[in-house]
Amino acid sequence: MFFRIIQRDLLLAMRRRSDVLTTLFFFVIVVSLFPLGVGPEMKMLRLMAPGVVWVAALLASMLSLGRLFSGDYQDGTLEQMLLSPQSLPSLVLGKALAHWLVTGLPLVLMAPVLGLQYDLPADALVVLALSLLLGTPVLSLIGAIGAALTLGLRGGGVLVSLLVLPLYIPVLIFGAGAVEANTAGLGAGAHMSVLGAFLLVSITLAPWATSVSLRVSME
Amino acid sequence: MSRLPRETQNHSPAEPDCFVHFVHIAYLLSSMAVNSVFDIPLGYNAPFSALSNDMLQGNRLTCLRGDRRLFKDVSFSLEAGQLIQVHGPNGSGKTSLLRMLCGLAVPAQGEILWQGENIKTIRETYYRAMTYLGHLGGIKDDLTVMENLSVSTALAGAVPDQQKAAEALRVMGLTGREWLPARVLSQGQRRRVALARLLTCETTLWILDEPLAALDVAAVRLMQDLLEQHLGRGGMVVITTHQDIDITTGTVHRLQLA
Repeated sequence: MFFRIIQRDLLLAMRRRSDVLTTLFFFVIVVSLFPLGVGPEMKMLRLMAPGVVWVAALLASMLSLGRLFSGDYQDGTLEQMLLSPQSLPSLVLGKALAHWLVTGLPLVLMAPVLGLQYDLPADALVVLALSLLLGTPVLSLIGAIGAALTLGLRGGGVLVSLLVLPLYIPVLIFGAGAVEANTAGLGAGAHMSVLGAFLLVSITLAPWATSVSLRVSME
Repeated sequence: MSRLPRETQNHSPAEPDCFVHFVHIAYLLSSMAVNSVFDIPLGYNAPFSALSNDMLQGNRLTCLRGDRRLFKDVSFSLEAGQLIQVHGPNGSGKTSLLRMLCGLAVPAQGEILWQGENIKTIRETYYRAMTYLGHLGGIKDDLTVMENLSVSTALAGAVPDQQKAAEALRVMGLTGREWLPARVLSQGQRRRVALARLLTCETTLWILDEPLAALDVAAVRLMQDLLEQHLGRGGMVVITTHQDIDITTGTVHRLQLA
């Protein structure tokens, strides 16, 4: 069922591309506007690149959180999921993974290309992509908790940002920090390890917390 | 309706768009995984005859909505071959009662027992034996009728079987519409897709919230036949409807709220 949910969500994303493309264009536009706005000062651009890319990825991920459960909530599919004999955390993990595949993974793939605008050296681009690869699934998993808690609330969009943002900040710091550490010649290993730890903890705990939140929200 | 051809065209996977390719590949990979490894039976679907000692009980259920008390001390017991029709004016708590029975809402007081055990403690067993059909049918506009049915069947813990699904859709009068996106269906047809789930899941207990809404006369008659068959096989039904249902097999109880 885990794979079936992923398959279904990818199919829905494929049939409703505009929703997903909005998120990706948002990321591309934000990252591309900074070099134009700041001006062609190579040193400054190199310095701010990791932060800008990571903030854009974080906002892009948050932008699409509202849709994670709201569609299923509105048409009653979520009721079926809660009433399923399949374990709810595994369904939730499937949904979060599908969300990452359509909103997180494209960011990982685009980041090195966009990073060229900031004159990042090749090894920094690799570290940037790797840090996003480890960090963006965490954003989807943690975001799922917020999306589940604010399900069906009016003004849920603002609330979800407030709920989720404090939990996103460590990911942002270590994600952007990985690239800076690499540029400074310290090696990104430590930051990557911390990001990997975030990922493991959120894979273990977030689906469970999301399931509980969903049950509370549906009552 | 004028949007339809464009949308349909949009679905063609041959569009030169790298993102689309990416999603398409991911989708193909995941469907390969589903088809190769995970199409093993996920759950054991017992025939109902083996479960003829099943019983659903509600003990002194109370429902609160804010400060208002919708109903108090509602008790009932439902055995194989029995149907409970819940009556009551609008806003008397029929839907709330049904949501409690399937565990979506928690009663303010009282308990719901399945085979003598509280449904909260035996969630998985209970959900394997129960199908709930709410106001919202759980139909996705962007999926085809067949895809909708197979997803909801899989969610219910049954193994989605294309032939069985096609047969269920035929019974519901949807032959020839299997591969239409649900978006183009009428309200009544969407209801029929939702009801087809009852035929593919083969559960013992049906909890139906206004299943006859938006159905035409022929479909209402069909639904009555299905209910009779289900009761004849030893199934159980809890139903709310404002229409009169005329059932000769099994026992029909009335439960009046407020």
